[in-house]
Amino acid sequence: MTDALITEEDHEDQVLHDPTTFITKYIWSQDHKVIAIQYSVIAISIGMVALVLSWLMRLQLGFPGTFDFITPESYTQYYTMHGMIMVIYLLTALFLGGFGNYLIPLMVGARDMVFPYVNMLSVWVFLLSVLILVSSFFVPGGPTGAGWTLYPPQSILPGTAGYDYGIILMLVSLVVFIVAFTMGGLNYVTTVLQARTRGMTMMRMPLTIWAIFTATILGLLAFPALFVGGVMLLLDRVLGTSFFMPDIVSLGEPLAYQGGSPLLFQHLFWFFGHPEVYIVALPAFGIVSDLISVHARKNIFGYRQMVWAIVIIGALSFVVWAHHMYVSGMNPNFGYFFAVTTLVIAVPTAIKVYNWVLTLWRGDIHLTVPMLFAIAFILTFVVGGLTGLFLGNVVVDVPLSDTYFVVAHFHMVMGVAPILVVFGGIYHWYPKMTGRMLNDTIGRWHFWITFLGTYAIYFPMHYLGFVGVPRRYYSFEGLEFIPESAYDLNRAITIAALVVGAAQFLFLFNLAWSFFYGRAAGPNPWRATSLEWQTPQTPPVHGNWGPKLPVVHRWAYDYSVPGADADFVPQNVPRDRIPDGGAAEVGP
Amino acid sequence: MNPIKALLEKPWLADSRPAEVIHSGGAARMATLRSGLWLFLAVVTALFLLLSSAYFGRMSMPDWTPLQEPRILWLNTGLLILSSFAMQWAATSAHRERMAGVRAGLLTGGVLAVAFLAMQIVAWRQLFELGYFATANPAYAFFYVITALHGLHITGGLVVLGAAADHAWRRDDAASMRRAARLCAIYWHFLLVVWAGLFALMLADNSGAIQIMEYFSSLASQLFEADLSRY
Repeated sequence: MTDALITEEDHEDQVLHDPTTFITKYIWSQDHKVIAIQYSVIAISIGMVALVLSWLMRLQLGFPGTFDFITPESYTQYYTMHGMIMVIYLLTALFLGGFGNYLIPLMVGARDMVFPYVNMLSVWVFLLSVLILVSSFFVPGGPTGAGWTLYPPQSILPGTAGYDYGIILMLVSLVVFIVAFTMGGLNYVTTVLQARTRGMTMMRMPLTIWAIFTATILGLLAFPALFVGGVMLLLDRVLGTSFFMPDIVSLGEPLAYQGGSPLLFQHLFWFFGHPEVYIVALPAFGIVSDLISVHARKNIFGYRQMVWAIVIIGALSFVVWAHHMYVSGMNPNFGYFFAVTTLVIAVPTAIKVYNWVLTLWRGDIHLTVPMLFAIAFILTFVVGGLTGLFLGNVVVDVPLSDTYFVVAHFHMVMGVAPILVVFGGIYHWYPKMTGRMLNDTIGRWHFWITFLGTYAIYFPMHYLGFVGVPRRYYSFEGLEFIPESAYDLNRAITIAALVVGAAQFLFLFNLAWSFFYGRAAGPNPWRATSLEWQTPQTPPVHGNWGPKLPVVHRWAYDYSVPGADADFVPQNVPRDRIPDGGAAEVGP
Repeated sequence: MNPIKALLEKPWLADSRPAEVIHSGGAARMATLRSGLWLFLAVVTALFLLLSSAYFGRMSMPDWTPLQEPRILWLNTGLLILSSFAMQWAATSAHRERMAGVRAGLLTGGVLAVAFLAMQIVAWRQLFELGYFATANPAYAFFYVITALHGLHITGGLVVLGAAADHAWRRDDAASMRRAARLCAIYWHFLLVVWAGLFALMLADNSGAIQIMEYFSSLASQLFEADLSRY
């Protein structure tokens, strides 16, 4: 159908159904801002469960044998659920469902997501997946202890904790989560493509939106791999098919399975799993770019490079998955190929790091709490990224793969770094969401304890890895090559972990306290240029913009423009309102 | 929008053209829905491509025995083709503002799609009666997974079709049906293509695909063998 055939009706502005009751306003809401908060609350709540699980693991490692209720089986369940919850149900849901939902319509100048009803379904289906996951804690046998990668054959054999129901509930929950994510993801991408306001070209979008947009596309194409793998593994477990299960003898009995390929599951899992790293990392990259630019009062250095780097990293993330399988047994030439692609990703990533540093250089740096978190992210990401270069090489990865070095690398690059950005983002946008500032003093305590504490936890783990302490072990009894100092170190790490975990309750307290007693923020407390700070009301009401949509006249980074009245020029300020000395005109 | 051109834009330079010229904003609802649909179809394509790659991976294991496809599948394929034609008829009628054609097309397309699903279940029953459950052989397990997932997507389409048909019967406005009929037709054609691909995939192992795969894997191992000695 050509555009000439589009009827008048098609051109109408999006119809908004104004909510009338408490229930339609806050519960069955189709407003992207409410949905964003619902997503965030669910994700953070389940994330607190994962935090407590990590405490339990650390208690066992730091003080082995002291706590009777931690058995080898329950220890496997703790790390399985901790990993799965943190990666999927907390980080993915929070970055895309939380930040994505809140920021996309506001930053591109739309009234809402383009499919609000589907968006509402997305959050409720996400809640369903979380409830299924939580229910596995209460079934006989408890949750699965298969490790978060769920490798068959071990994940679905008797002898693995949670064999009876835990693994089934885990797989069902993942499949339901993917349905929820797809419904949300279609919204995020289509909104960015179709609902941008007048003047908002793709290249005028803030990097936060570029990053969330690209990450969502990655998710939409990568999650089907987990879906396929999950459904097939579920059938192997429930119906006894042999997609992944080889001929196998379990507890002395030959099982009915025959001929399946466990490696096939690993390929499917990591074809999802590696893009998943960037589904989490890209939004962090984008948000941190904006935080640094706003709080250094300077335009982002190399905007186009930043966009290209996001797109290139996204594309490359689909051709590196087998670097997670160096120890699974593969042809050395494949290992060579995947090592090369893995190391190539370091190039666009390094470009981003240089550009962040160059944005800071000679900037008017305000060490606000969001800025502290943003700078901490750069440091942490560099540390985690460099150890990634170690592990990307086959010969280095093979000896280190089953040690705490991998735990340290992974937590630095994908645990601590993105979560620092989550905190930075919340401190930055909370004033827009509630109209009140978060308490600065508590914020600084929260920052320093979290930042220094996580280094106290993960830095020593690199050393533990080098001396060969194996990961996933419940205890190290009888492993004589482990020096006595490693035990002391483990105790110290545990104490740091308890402190850092407790500091997060400080943060939650701050969220609740500031909601009622925080300093009034005004519409634009950080004096930022992007559209979400230019809404007529704070917090923005349903429909975001009042009677007229904003019109965009410039990119999102007009900070410290020479000759301008203020050190920032919002995106919706017309060109002619800026005195001479602004950016040069295009072309001849 | 040309993506390469968009990526080469220099947004930090001032652009004195009016904002509407730079980006008009306010996309038509049709364009939005169509983008959403195509994006969804890309996700579904990824899903079935990954399933197919798993199929190929599993096929090269030694215990694979080719599936004896129930012959009824050929009939079902015919039903799906006719269903797709009917949906196209509905879309074309809406385009020409002929309400009777829209209704007849939607109804026929829907009935044929339901018939397709019913006959797929008959195909399952035929295999059950022969004793080929999912555990019999990986080829059968794949057959059940593939047909179930495809059927699930048809079922989802039928739900949307139901809403469109409801609209078509209650309002006598062919112009307003254009969008719905067009999108339904796109989805139907897409699922027909997916089915054709999946059916071909399932037929492939009877007609030499295994031998071809074996040839390539032996070729690959020959290529790598010389290298392996170096490590």
